Amino acid sequence: MNDQRQLKILVADDTDTDRLILETIVRKEGHTVISASDGRQAVDLFISESPDMVLLDALMPIMDGFESARLIKLHAGDKFIPILFLTSLTDNESLVKCLDAGGDDFLSKPYSRIVLQAKIKSFNRMREMNATVMVQRDEIAKNNARLLQEQMVAKHVFDNVAHSGCLNSKNIRYFLSSLAVFNGDMLLAAMRPNGNMIVLLGDFTGHGLPAAIGAMPVASTFYGMIPKGFSMTDVLKEINNKLKHILPVGIFCCATMLDINFRKKKLTVWNGGLPAGFLYRLADHSIHPIKSTHLPLGVLSSRAFKDNCEEYDLANGDRLYLWSDGIHEARNIQGDMFGEAKLIDVFAQNTDPEKLFDDIISNVQAFIGDSEKDDDISLFEIRMADPQDVNEYAYETSVKKEGSAIAWDLSFEVKPSSFKVFDPLPILINVIMEIPSLRPYNASLYTILAELYTNALEHGVLGLDSAMKKSPDGFSEYYELRNQRIQMISEGFVKIHISYCTEDINGRLVIRIEDSGPGFDYQKKLGASLSTSGYSGRGIALMERMCESVRYIGKGNIAEVVFVWANDD
Amino acid sequence: MDHLDQQALVTLKDVMEDDFALLINTFFQDSENRLKMLNSLIDSDNQDAIRRAAHSFKGSCSNVGAPLLASLCAVLEKKAVANDLDNIKQNIDVIKAEYEIVKALLLDL
Repeated sequence: MNDQRQLKILVADDTDTDRLILETIVRKEGHTVISASDGRQAVDLFISESPDMVLLDALMPIMDGFESARLIKLHAGDKFIPILFLTSLTDNESLVKCLDAGGDDFLSKPYSRIVLQAKIKSFNRMREMNATVMVQRDEIAKNNARLLQEQMVAKHVFDNVAHSGCLNSKNIRYFLSSLAVFNGDMLLAAMRPNGNMIVLLGDFTGHGLPAAIGAMPVASTFYGMIPKGFSMTDVLKEINNKLKHILPVGIFCCATMLDINFRKKKLTVWNGGLPAGFLYRLADHSIHPIKSTHLPLGVLSSRAFKDNCEEYDLANGDRLYLWSDGIHEARNIQGDMFGEAKLIDVFAQNTDPEKLFDDIISNVQAFIGDSEKDDDISLFEIRMADPQDVNEYAYETSVKKEGSAIAWDLSFEVKPSSFKVFDPLPILINVIMEIPSLRPYNASLYTILAELYTNALEHGVLGLDSAMKKSPDGFSEYYELRNQRIQMISEGFVKIHISYCTEDINGRLVIRIEDSGPGFDYQKKLGASLSTSGYSGRGIALMERMCESVRYIGKGNIAEVVFVWANDD
Repeated sequence: MDHLDQQALVTLKDVMEDDFALLINTFFQDSENRLKMLNSLIDSDNQDAIRRAAHSFKGSCSNVGAPLLASLCAVLEKKAVANDLDNIKQNIDVIKAEYEIVKALLLDL
């Protein structure tokens, strides 16, 4: 009794004798008693006094114990208020009636002090436990609400990153359902500057926040690189490398990436770990599976990563379907999986290709029925179409490509007073980087221009001998000399001439650099490759690897390189 | 069966202490009200009222340690539940007689 706090107990009995005995027992246990002599009064007192426990006679005038127990439980709501029925009823039916009305236990007449004492103690323990549970439940509910709120904000950011791009193109349909607020699946689509569309469907291992976090760097890399003109394989390599570094072992991203050329009706596919997509040919209604031939993204190191793709020629109206394993692994109530056979069946049953997408979704949903979903379900359809039926960007690029033989020339001359203070390379690189399809070659072109300009300035205009750089002493002597001469220079020039042209498939950049120097006898070296002829100091070997051709013209004071790249792929 | 359960009464005295006399008086008042109620119901068909009155009377009798009186009330209650209202006057008379004995014994304590 000492360790128990004082409770307020409501005693309701219409027989004064019985009530007197109970009141006395309860009071002697150290609790406060409130008394009622009928059921109505008991309910009123319960509402006005909020007692901790109720001892209720079953048979009372005005309102019996069953009805008042019901009303008391109703008023108590979530709060656990133990109700003990006081009864000499012994038939099972009456006892069940007491419990049905909300009673928690019985106390039979004649009353025993010891039994009542034990029951009050035990129900008080339950009451306190319940109160603790209620507090914790409210805490959990509050935390959950906050978590959801945070997730909604994060989801908003995530959706903007992961589902933006050109998914609203006229020839695309997609469906993404998610188990949690976040979807473990990710669908990205963007246009390359050449008018090709790149699509990536990814399925991270796991669901929810851990899966969504991996999607962020993938999406930002994708949307960062594609519009700059990087090729699909460059983007794949970069994403793989990034994921390999940031994801823990065992978490990776199954993905299929597409490059679709609407002008040339070409499809290039890379599939790493996703279920085979289906290529549907309108002409004969056939389906061709596009199987995974690679490991998922984020598994292999960049050295082991393979980026070889498969290529397909399509016709307008051909459709490509991609899905994550959510569709294959969708289960019905019996626990069977939807599987690829059923997917093939949906295609076989279909009579209108326009409805294929809806057919797949409705078949999967009908199959799942009311059973719990296991995984995220994602479906993507793209139809081969003419650029104007894709989106505005595809159309605009295709119009530009119509007269795709574009050509321009640029001449640039560096005069003597500029040599020591002015570096022409940033300006030239900026001009070249305005051409989207050249952006991926930024580093190569910089190296080429830098080598050519340095050769022209140092060996041509300043007359320094590259052989000097072969020894460590010569190296520093070389630069000392270079500094002296550049301060004193009063005549000479370096002329840079860049000529750009594109054909349908390739682009061609001819860079010619002429200096005012005496030139050198490159003719003597004919027959031997320039790179092995002792002019290695001039970085020629490097340029030969990067360019289609490297040659010297005239007396050797003009160097010309031809750089060729794939303009459209 | 005994008129009074001495063991139960000892326990009750122990619980009630100074209030024991009050309890006994309250019991007399309750019982006489119940008996009046039962009397008025003898010729009625109010089976439910008889059942309730007998049931409640039985409860308080058992609480004050009058087992025979409680069992007589139980007999009446059972008859009412079974809707067997013939000769209930007899039952009530027996209950009355036993109550007088119990009352006398309790006053003697």
